Amino acid sequence: MKLEEEVIRRQRERSRIFGWLLGAFVVLLFFITIAKTGINW
Amino acid sequence: MPALELTNPAAMPADWRDLLALTKPRVMSLVVFSGLCGLLVAPVMPPLVLGFTAILCIALGAGACGALNQWYEADIDARMRRTANRPLPAGRMDPQSALHFGVGLGFFSVLLMGLATNWLAAALLAVSILFYVLVYTVWLKPRTAQNIVIGGAAGAFPPLIGWVAATGHMAALPLILFAIIFLWTPPHFWALSLFVRSDYAAAGIPMLPVVAGVPNTRRHIFLYSLPMAVAAVTPWPLGLAGSIYGACAAVLSFVFVVLAARVLANRAAEPAQMAPEKKLFAYSVFYLFALFAVLVADRWLAA
Repeated sequence: MKLEEEVIRRQRERSRIFGWLLGAFVVLLFFITIAKTGINW
Repeated sequence: MPALELTNPAAMPADWRDLLALTKPRVMSLVVFSGLCGLLVAPVMPPLVLGFTAILCIALGAGACGALNQWYEADIDARMRRTANRPLPAGRMDPQSALHFGVGLGFFSVLLMGLATNWLAAALLAVSILFYVLVYTVWLKPRTAQNIVIGGAAGAFPPLIGWVAATGHMAALPLILFAIIFLWTPPHFWALSLFVRSDYAAAGIPMLPVVAGVPNTRRHIFLYSLPMAVAAVTPWPLGLAGSIYGACAAVLSFVFVVLAARVLANRAAEPAQMAPEKKLFAYSVFYLFALFAVLVADRWLAA
């Protein structure tokens, strides 16, 4: 594998993972807010 | 275009597997487990999402400790067989990326803990991270053979943090759990350091077997296992745990002390002949998992 391809592969892989983590964090923050404010569904 | 093997891998973006390796996932599992037990034995059960977040923050804090430890000790890790293949000594990652990752993870874990649970739990998490990085890694580890005795306090924080995250205050039981891990750490690490002492000697780390010799270390292991066993049983007579825990803690601790006595009786100086030390090291991991699991089971059965 060439250097440029490897750099792009790593960047894409990291971007995908950090994207998922960010999404999970937003969902977590939403549920934390719900739990802290004591709202019952 | 140059081939990959001809380039410097550390100059490239870090692979996510290397970022994960920086957090020492295997060490993290015991930290997360003890933190979870601290949370589960608390008299108040927080909402599920807040309990999950507290454990997540403990895990992230432990990951930050691992990353900062590996950043600071990259040169030492390179001299030890056991650690030479870690991302930094192996040259797969830029040290600055590891530093930013560790600091970022630490700040994030403390902030999220404070927002999700309470600021006392967040403060304890911050203290445990700073204690591990500054007091243990930077100050004690390269200077004194007692590094693991005082530094062990950093690993003893998780059950305390888990309890405080659930209740918002400290109490006797989590402080005893703190004491158990604090007293368990030296025999656990010294058993390991006996059969990898050539690594520590090569790296110039003054671990007890390197500085005080093998027989002295074996004596220390046995001596520390005695107060550890007492601390492990203590919640029972104090009425903080039931008889199931008391009986299991007594049996588990008795086996620990017997294995420590076998280490004391061993005269071998070569790692290949250190079967009692290897057995004690493996058992010590099982011991802590079993002890905390029994405590949780005991408290839940009583409830």
